[in-house]
Amino acid sequence: MSTTTAAPAEPAELPAELADATRDDASLRRFMHGLPGVDQVGAELRAATLATRSIKKQSKLWAIDTAIRMVDLTTLEGADTPGKVRSLCAKARRPDPERPDVPSVAAVCIYPDLVPTAVDALRGTGIGIASVATAFPSGRAARAVKIADAEAAVRAGATEVDMVIDRGAFLAGHYRRVYDEIVEVKAACDTAHLKVILETGELVTYDNVLRASWLALLAGGDFIKTSTGKMSPAATLPVTHIMLQAVRDWHAQTGDRRGVKAAGGIRTTKDAIRYLVAVREVAGPEWLTPDLFRFGASSLLNDLLMQRRTQLEGHYSGQNYVTVD
Amino acid sequence: MTTWEYAPAPESRDIARLRPSYQMFVDGRFVDGAGEPLKTINPATEEVLAEVATASPADVDTAVRAAKRAYERTWSKMPGAERAKYLYRIARMVQERARELAVLESLDNGKPIRESRDVDVPLVAAHFFHHAGWADKLPYAGYGPGPDGNGPRPLGVAGQVIPWNFPLLMASWKIAPALACGNTVVLKPAETTPLTALVLAEIVQQAELPPGVVNILPGAGDVGAELVNHPLVNKVAFTGSTEVGKQIQRSLAGSGKKLTLELGGKAANVVFDDAPLDQAVEGIVNGIFFNQGHVCCAGSRLLVQESIVDELLSKLHARVSTLRVGDPLDKNTDVGAINSKAQLEKIVELTESGDAEGAHRWTSPCPLPDKGFFFAPTVFSDVSQAMRIAREEIFGPVLSVLTFRTPDEAIAKANNTPYGLSAGVWTDKGSRILWMAQRMRAGVVWANTFNRFDPSAPFGGYNESGFGREGGRTGLEAYLNV
Repeated sequence: MSTTTAAPAEPAELPAELADATRDDASLRRFMHGLPGVDQVGAELRAATLATRSIKKQSKLWAIDTAIRMVDLTTLEGADTPGKVRSLCAKARRPDPERPDVPSVAAVCIYPDLVPTAVDALRGTGIGIASVATAFPSGRAARAVKIADAEAAVRAGATEVDMVIDRGAFLAGHYRRVYDEIVEVKAACDTAHLKVILETGELVTYDNVLRASWLALLAGGDFIKTSTGKMSPAATLPVTHIMLQAVRDWHAQTGDRRGVKAAGGIRTTKDAIRYLVAVREVAGPEWLTPDLFRFGASSLLNDLLMQRRTQLEGHYSGQNYVTVD
Repeated sequence: MTTWEYAPAPESRDIARLRPSYQMFVDGRFVDGAGEPLKTINPATEEVLAEVATASPADVDTAVRAAKRAYERTWSKMPGAERAKYLYRIARMVQERARELAVLESLDNGKPIRESRDVDVPLVAAHFFHHAGWADKLPYAGYGPGPDGNGPRPLGVAGQVIPWNFPLLMASWKIAPALACGNTVVLKPAETTPLTALVLAEIVQQAELPPGVVNILPGAGDVGAELVNHPLVNKVAFTGSTEVGKQIQRSLAGSGKKLTLELGGKAANVVFDDAPLDQAVEGIVNGIFFNQGHVCCAGSRLLVQESIVDELLSKLHARVSTLRVGDPLDKNTDVGAINSKAQLEKIVELTESGDAEGAHRWTSPCPLPDKGFFFAPTVFSDVSQAMRIAREEIFGPVLSVLTFRTPDEAIAKANNTPYGLSAGVWTDKGSRILWMAQRMRAGVVWANTFNRFDPSAPFGGYNESGFGREGGRTGLEAYLNV
């Protein structure tokens, strides 16, 4: 597993109209409000129609393995302990111990204080260590605290940082404040990969989702991520469609490919395949790689493993045939 | 696998319970016709699906007389609440046999199973449910209490002729309101797509409708002509080409028969620069590539505000390139087969005129099957109103793109057609939607969507797109003596 996406273009290299957008507060506001609207009915209809794709046989097996390679195996509980994180890492390395041909997942996703434990457990595996940061999940802290949070995670060995945006500032229309914060966190991340969590369940409208996506892309986020997983609704297909369309349009304008992470609420193989279909048909087949698409999930992995066995063995196994870590 | 290709996911054709031969349905029984049997083919493979009986002039007479008898003896005298029970029963039986009907429709018509399964058949059931609800509420339909307080009287025998693009759906649009209002029916399905209407006849039989209330007579145009001109027919409903519609109107003049026509179209789909672009692209695709463009209300003329035409076209080309063209029974097919060789030839001829007249042709790079009638999704840009592809109905997966500068120019171009069936407008401004809808001469105006149908929404056209409405309260008028 590699996480070697090229570093995003610096604002200086952006096409003039995008570079201008971040010149000052007023320009950014004009740019955001100048984005085309999203029609809710149309967006949901498109997502529902594409969800009827029927993926069978070899193409299903390919999708299952690809989905496994895209999982950010996640535990984000107050009750997390080093022991819990160690067993999560073991699962990440060898998702199905009886079947060594099962690929390992993309990354584990944990709280920053547990990063050292994961570093020890995953040394030499190439599996990413993603740490949430910036006062996850609410993002309600002084900016210095958020920056320090991200820096500490990277210093401890995190290779990826999942930050949350300041939804309060966004909803109040202070786009520049949200933008500046992402830029500063990006700087604090150094070479670590930055995923920007929009928490679309709190942004509510698709117009907001589209604007927040562009804001995060302009600010240099390597990935835009739907949700913290701490509230409902988390990831939905229509929201993910809109974010995929944003990275596709970003690529069309800049030549640079950014990623999308759908997190929270994706529990079954059937759901995961619907997301992969959206990735393929909305963003394009180039996005079907863990470098450009991720699932933030915990229980999804076991369902993928059970479905994988079913595909290969021709019958269902049970939950007790996959490990519970 | 380096790239992710979807494995074939075909729906089993056994589900269609295809039989080698089908009989016509007259007076409650399946009988042979005295006409020359026709062979209906699968347009995706060109193989013969079944042999179907057709009606002779004498058969038409028998069927119309059976319908007249059923009208006089039972159906027109039956309380509305009782008629409703039969219609509800048909609706439920359509739902129970939805999969069979969907597969059979895709086999006979060539439309993708995704559409026959998710659009056609659910709408068929919805039309029967909707009109079942009206059967005992006709006094409240807005046409007065009628002579006996039970609502306006029905008309008598309805002679109905339907096209091949939505075979079962058009049958339901015709039969459900006719029966709900107390009329009886003789219906002629299109000669290339008779099968699902005959399965509907089976459902009618199993629902134990009184004999003669519904009669289905397959055949070509001569059977249709015989039917609409029969002296005992009181009401004619026709959906099809403008040319045939004009013939029918001429031949019925002075006969006293009530007539509704739903004919061709060349709908304008108008996209303003403030439109929700990605959803507009979806609506454009759905407007013209839904059902291979075999849709009388298809959004075949795209009018784009000139300031966004490049961006919109590049998004449109990218999106159309993802359409999967091929086996109609594959659940992942987006665009199926053209219904007949004749139709394919017509599409080829009209698109060649587009090249000759100087439009710029773009064709989706999708692979096409080796056999069967297929046409790759095509977008013509740099089209002007003077070209044939902007004026004539192509009835295929071919979009003509024109530009406009101001709302007035959009209206002028949208209305510059002898047709007037449908139109679309895409803008984020609610006031502009209303402004446009008031000025576009079209029976249906969709706002920020396209090709959406509902039994409660009346459908019909202006000018050469016909007259009369189908669906909703308004649609009942065509089957009532008002």
